[in-house]
Amino acid sequence: MRTTYREAVRAAHREALRGDSRVFLMGEDVGRYGGAYAVSQGLLEEFGPERVRDAPLSESAFVGAGIGAALGGMRPIVEVMTVNFSLLALDQIVNNAATLHHMSGGQLSVPLVVRMATGAGRQLAAQHSHSLECWYAHVPGIRVLAPATLEDARGMLPSALRMPDPVLLFEHASLYTLEGDLPDDAGAVDLDRAAIRRAGRDLTLIAYGGSVGKALAAGAELARDGISAEVIDLRTLRPLDRRTLVDSVRRTRRAVVVDEAWRTGSLAGEISALLMEQAFYDLDAPVARVCSAEVPIPYAKQLEDAALPQVSTIVSAARTLLGSR
Amino acid sequence: MTSPEVLPAQGSRASGGHEVDLLRTMLLIRRFEEKAAELYSAGKIRGFLHLYIGEEAVATGVMQALTPDDAVVATYREHGQALARGVPAGAVMAEMFGRANGCSRGRGGSMHLFDLSRRFYGGYAIVGGGLPVAVGLALADRMQQRRRVTACFFGDGAVAEGEFHESLNLASLWGLPALFLCENNLYAMGTALARHQAQPDIARKAEAYNMRSAAVDGMDVLAVETAAREAAEAVRQDGRPFLLELRTYRFRAHSMYDPDLYRPREEIDRWKARDPIALLCFGLEARGALSPELLAAIEREVGTEVAAAVAEAEAGALEPVEGLTDDVHTKASP
Repeated sequence: MRTTYREAVRAAHREALRGDSRVFLMGEDVGRYGGAYAVSQGLLEEFGPERVRDAPLSESAFVGAGIGAALGGMRPIVEVMTVNFSLLALDQIVNNAATLHHMSGGQLSVPLVVRMATGAGRQLAAQHSHSLECWYAHVPGIRVLAPATLEDARGMLPSALRMPDPVLLFEHASLYTLEGDLPDDAGAVDLDRAAIRRAGRDLTLIAYGGSVGKALAAGAELARDGISAEVIDLRTLRPLDRRTLVDSVRRTRRAVVVDEAWRTGSLAGEISALLMEQAFYDLDAPVARVCSAEVPIPYAKQLEDAALPQVSTIVSAARTLLGSR
Repeated sequence: MTSPEVLPAQGSRASGGHEVDLLRTMLLIRRFEEKAAELYSAGKIRGFLHLYIGEEAVATGVMQALTPDDAVVATYREHGQALARGVPAGAVMAEMFGRANGCSRGRGGSMHLFDLSRRFYGGYAIVGGGLPVAVGLALADRMQQRRRVTACFFGDGAVAEGEFHESLNLASLWGLPALFLCENNLYAMGTALARHQAQPDIARKAEAYNMRSAAVDGMDVLAVETAAREAAEAVRQDGRPFLLELRTYRFRAHSMYDPDLYRPREEIDRWKARDPIALLCFGLEARGALSPELLAAIEREVGTEVAAAVAEAEAGALEPVEGLTDDVHTKASP
């Protein structure tokens, strides 16, 4: 079936809403408007305003209401327009959703799914373009997912809804128009393992979300020069699938981590440290990182492009890592 | 605003037996808190400890209006709510001792008491943070057509938080069965109400959200009970929210770390003259419903219960360090 990432996410919602009366979608403009990224178009008509619930611009209240509704036996899907806006709900996500199970000595569970768009590349400047998912990946008690493919766009939501604890789903906004084929019976996917999207021998490119496509393009370009790059899609940012990462790097002996977040305090830094701890003696070169420049993402196209990881910068980092090759 | 506005209690007063029960609950909270302060000084309880002394009429009166099916969301000053809701004193004390038999298995401490079996959804220590959760519990009830109330306690300090305004708006907009209970003790930690609110009449804020509201003398447990019953009944009737402001005062400092330098001594004395326990005793004695012997008997009962709670806490096992990360995620069901 020919489809897009957006349609795959929508199909996942439709299936969840049809299959479980406890599931409802709540967020800003998810109903009448059809979703800021048009993900929920048509769902209001099919499921009505109780289950496709337009919320006022009150991120903290409606994310917190999602937590309460989950405690009350529902299976809420909360859409926050972008990760930048989610900072207004940071208190609820970090102080409540992530802690309640632990703080209550295991009595409460919060089966809540929060979805939001993330990432740059569309000239939306410094308040709509950041990649802050690593802030959430820092926090015990929540699971953080980054679907980068049609299969994961379709399958991560149903899998997340089966989790007894809070799950955050980060959809890179540049991916919604991604097109491809998806089997008619596509559904829930594994959430524990990273995926090797391209097998290779000479180095490992580690990426997630909107950077996976760039890493694959870089891998193709490197192949033309006879360099065999493995590309790993992290898929789950917390907990990290350490085994897949370490096994790959032990084979290829070199790694470049691609991360659209800023380098300082990034997930790329975490992965680099992990590889040092667990694969230090297998490495033939220091782990390299390709991250965003340390600047609020600018508006002008040439400046934004220069701020973000690009295929050319990934290729260049890979070549540097391999010395003169 | 340093003196309470005394509102007459409406409706009929409860019978003597019931009022004596209220007295017993308030005394339990008072003696429990006094013991907690003592144990804090003795190093048995650590962390933050926020005492409820002076505010006993609020939790005690409000709980009379709730059924076991209703939910309670509270703040970090929630020992009184927990005890009045029926969470066993031993489980609360053991939690403050950080023991395995504590109501949160030693993970929460004084500020995070939970008891799911009593639908006590916990103490929230980020001011205002419990309100959205309460809205969600009420939303779940509405979506599942359950006629029950979610009672959400918060202080006057929370009224300055965006989450208060967002939550009241959402609850009213969506017509949710939430009972918002503002325990106005006139201070957000050390900042007086008039110094943090442009409009210090908290009950009036409900108007902006098209919500019903009332204010009541939070030192008069019978008035609190009557007002809470009316408010809860209103919520139960039409499923829409209500804001009840309870005007009260804490007799002790904000926490055990607080030197309490920001309140005039005369103000504290003026409020202590309206001690909620003494007020109820005077009323009962005046009507011949409370003899010195009965009061002494209640004190003995309560003293025994508090002593038993301490013994239970002392006897509690320590949670094994091996289980440190056990409750970060829900264990998969077999």
